[in-house]
Amino acid sequence: MNNFTSQDVDLIVIGGGPAGLAAAISAKKNGAQNLIIIERNNWLGGILPQCIHDGFGLEIFHEPLTGPEYAQRYIDELKKLNIPYMLNSMALEITPDKKVFVASPEDLFCFQAKAIILAMGCRERTRGQIYIPGTRPAGVYTAGVAQNLINLKNMMVGKDVVILGSGDIGMIMARRLTLEGAKVHAIVEILSHTNGLPRNIQQCLIDYEIPLLLSHTVTEIQGINRVESIIISQVNEKLTSIKGKERKIKCDTLLLSIGLIPENDLSKTCGVKLSPVTRGAIVDENLETSVQGVFACGNVLHVHDVVDFVSLEAERAGKSASECILKEQRKEKRIHIEVGDGLSYVLPQYISRDTDLELSIRVLNPREDASIGFFDKDALLKAEKFRKVHPAQMIKIKLKKSETKNINTLRVEVLQK
Amino acid sequence: MKKEIICIVCPMGCHLNVEYAQKTVLSIGGNRCKLGLEYAEKESFNPERTLTTTVKVTNGHLPLVSVRTSKPVSKKLIFKTMALLSKVMVEAPILIGDKIVENLFDTKANIIATKNISFKKRST
Repeated sequence: MNNFTSQDVDLIVIGGGPAGLAAAISAKKNGAQNLIIIERNNWLGGILPQCIHDGFGLEIFHEPLTGPEYAQRYIDELKKLNIPYMLNSMALEITPDKKVFVASPEDLFCFQAKAIILAMGCRERTRGQIYIPGTRPAGVYTAGVAQNLINLKNMMVGKDVVILGSGDIGMIMARRLTLEGAKVHAIVEILSHTNGLPRNIQQCLIDYEIPLLLSHTVTEIQGINRVESIIISQVNEKLTSIKGKERKIKCDTLLLSIGLIPENDLSKTCGVKLSPVTRGAIVDENLETSVQGVFACGNVLHVHDVVDFVSLEAERAGKSASECILKEQRKEKRIHIEVGDGLSYVLPQYISRDTDLELSIRVLNPREDASIGFFDKDALLKAEKFRKVHPAQMIKIKLKKSETKNINTLRVEVLQK
Repeated sequence: MKKEIICIVCPMGCHLNVEYAQKTVLSIGGNRCKLGLEYAEKESFNPERTLTTTVKVTNGHLPLVSVRTSKPVSKKLIFKTMALLSKVMVEAPILIGDKIVENLFDTKANIIATKNISFKKRST
């Protein structure tokens, strides 16, 4: 590594999307001086410039913004604060002693940092990851790639479309394709409930009379050069296709909106421990990973449904990182938060000191009139009621310092009636 | 008459139960905030949406600029607006908030840019 130009920084933020921008701004406001953002693309804002639909920013700016507008507010603030950033620059490796190797068009750099914020976002799952049988013709896209082609590059992806997966991106693309003149024959969802926000079912599907086929999946892709048709099938409760319940849909395009995976290849290079459930780092309430001084936030930590929550989480990571640079962190205890009945995950996974907490929680199944309880062994510390809980909607619950004062364990679960 | 609608104002997505007769709303239930009341009232008789789409750009760093209606417009105008915008071409540079089309079909809504597009002469 002799060819790398060495440079000392207090904080390096990896990724210039919504998480990286908010983290860097917050770190600077909280006193971090010598910091830099490393961004692989030639623009800031990550995925937001292609998310031209509105509904962003309600939580933070109290008005509905489109993706590009939301991103620009952070970019303007970043520039006002004179926070440096490098575009077209790829972080290659992080060492456990917090050296970050970066390849950029100007030079190869080795940054020695006091703290690192991981904000690399997530990637879309592809056809290969769910093993759809059939031929391998043109016309199979992930929803985000189709969105990029249509909204940024002025390239239409097809005329007769089927979408697999009812996540938000899938539904938003169903509307977008319809507006651009394509016929969306159906959104096919393997689960018995949709995976996106309720408002998108209304404004993307019901508004445009796009059929939503629940408990269905794509079992075969057909076509030689271009997609010619697909076979869909109804599935049973084990999510396997039912014989005799198949049907052919003629189409030239299949969009996949089948989930997002935090992109943690870089995190692994410095030994950050990952959760098999969130597929992101295991963190404490400061969003510090298992490697001291390395923090994670946004979709690289766990996949969010609303960008506002990414920004808010990133602000916390920025604050924690600046505290880590400016003063020794005092760790008083380390309590593992146990995930109980009815939940898929709780984040953070650890608490390290007495402080106010904000927990991000996802349930396993949709449910009405649910209560989520917090326990120290068998003692109920707190319960919070919800009229409706859904796996697609992340739940945020705050725990005051006083509520977790003398606990030795902490378990979160959906209470049985 | 009664109907259930999903509120689209925020990610919460409240299921609103609207009871109405002729041209008046009798009762609205299921909303968690007052924005839901306004939405339910409009949605019952004249549903409106903010349209977001793109418009072609010449000499820009991107070939398209993202745009939206400056306020929600009648759902009936959505495809008519798409047809209109398919013929519109704007020149870079463009700033967020620039008016691309004024007073869209006499609705007092404008089509405004939602992205900054910088000037870049294309070689092709």
